[in-house]
Amino acid sequence: MIVIVDYSAGNLTSVKRALDYLAIPCTISSDPHKVLTAENIIFPGVGHAGSALRVLRERGLDAALKEAFGKGTPILGICLGAQIILSSSEETDLPCLDLIAGTCPRLALSDPELKIPHMGWDSIILRKPHPVLRGIAPDDEFYFVHSFHPRPRSEGDILAVCDYGIAFPAAIGRGNLIATQFHPEKSGAAGLRLLTDFAKWDGAPC
Amino acid sequence: MGRRAVLSKRIISCLDVRDGRLAKSVKFVDTRDIGDPAATARNYYEEGIDELVLYDITASSDNRAIMIDVVSAVAARIFIPFSVGGGLRTVEDCTRVRLAGAEKINLNTAAVADPTLLTQASKALGSQAVVLSMDVLAVPASPQTPSGYEIVTHGGRVRTGLDAIAWARKGMELGAGELVVNSIDADGTREGYELRLTRMIAEAVSIPVIASGGGGTPQHLYDVLTEGRADAALVASILHFGEYTIREIKEYLRKRGVKVRMV
Repeated sequence: MIVIVDYSAGNLTSVKRALDYLAIPCTISSDPHKVLTAENIIFPGVGHAGSALRVLRERGLDAALKEAFGKGTPILGICLGAQIILSSSEETDLPCLDLIAGTCPRLALSDPELKIPHMGWDSIILRKPHPVLRGIAPDDEFYFVHSFHPRPRSEGDILAVCDYGIAFPAAIGRGNLIATQFHPEKSGAAGLRLLTDFAKWDGAPC
Repeated sequence: MGRRAVLSKRIISCLDVRDGRLAKSVKFVDTRDIGDPAATARNYYEEGIDELVLYDITASSDNRAIMIDVVSAVAARIFIPFSVGGGLRTVEDCTRVRLAGAEKINLNTAAVADPTLLTQASKALGSQAVVLSMDVLAVPASPQTPSGYEIVTHGGRVRTGLDAIAWARKGMELGAGELVVNSIDADGTREGYELRLTRMIAEAVSIPVIASGGGGTPQHLYDVLTEGRADAALVASILHFGEYTIREIKEYLRKRGVKVRMV
């Protein structure tokens, strides 16, 4: 059973709808115990990093996520869930979860033609093979909505990049954790393939 | 590299829904006419549409609740962003369609009547979820409407006196994350989008602009996505009558150098 972490941050039900459509068993929960005992965890999120972190802390979900990560539970972070897993974010002064070392800067674009938020369909370039990304074809595009992006300290944690004036990390990962800045649940067939591959993943990076 | 770092241009299909059914049935190349919004949405999804708009044109407020069922049914079957418009008057209305599975909400007449609704909705849902739809009529330029374009409501029957450019800027400042620019003059003609209007608005704001009204051929889409500087084009009859498939339109655009998502 996949547990979708509920911390009142947006797109939980769209993730659940996509998994229901794929007949992948899942439940939405804000119970730290359920998160700790989950087979797989999806950590979605839309909204402000600061308020998200406060809710996670109030519900004891920050500690549960750290412990689940430490004991090898496969975790998929999505959007805000790909940002607050880093050490810090420019969107908030609160410390982030620090599952992957790094930060989340605001998209800094020099081309005035490029709008922020980066909202819409874009292609990604794979940097490293990963079991959860193996179904992605070069032509596939994904749906993005964001103004900040993850920047892991180690290049080795970058799995894919997206070229939007700057090449920013679109998918990052370390061990049993993978996270996408884009929304697989809103990215058509390519996104559903990614969710299917995540559901099958045992947490080993390669 | 040769590839410019731009987003793909979006092709968005609009479905008018009345009392839970399509207002006009949609003809697909290889299927029967169908009036079910969710089945039609699914067809477009499979053909590669990038986004969808469901527009509630139900006249009686008694039947408005049906729309929530339509939104849920669509959300269970398509996995791309879609928005809902028509009949949304309050933040509670907006939140309800969002919870039912819509990514974005479209405000039109209600935003003209009460512009603060844009701010309330963007605070509640985030500005990326708030789309301001504008119905625009070409008028003689005047001190009140210096751009020569005026905002109208009720399908063009009610003039508001608002200048289209000023309203677009104000909408953005109040919290809209995206604009639909619907030309009342071009709507239904199938002779092409209003390029001048679309370009003027696109150059006046820093949020995405969706062109609407007049699309009849792939060339029309090409024109508005290049010369008209639109980020997306709304299509209705060009698809509904089965003359062109989404794939054909996108292949045409791609051949002419427009970045589009191929499925």
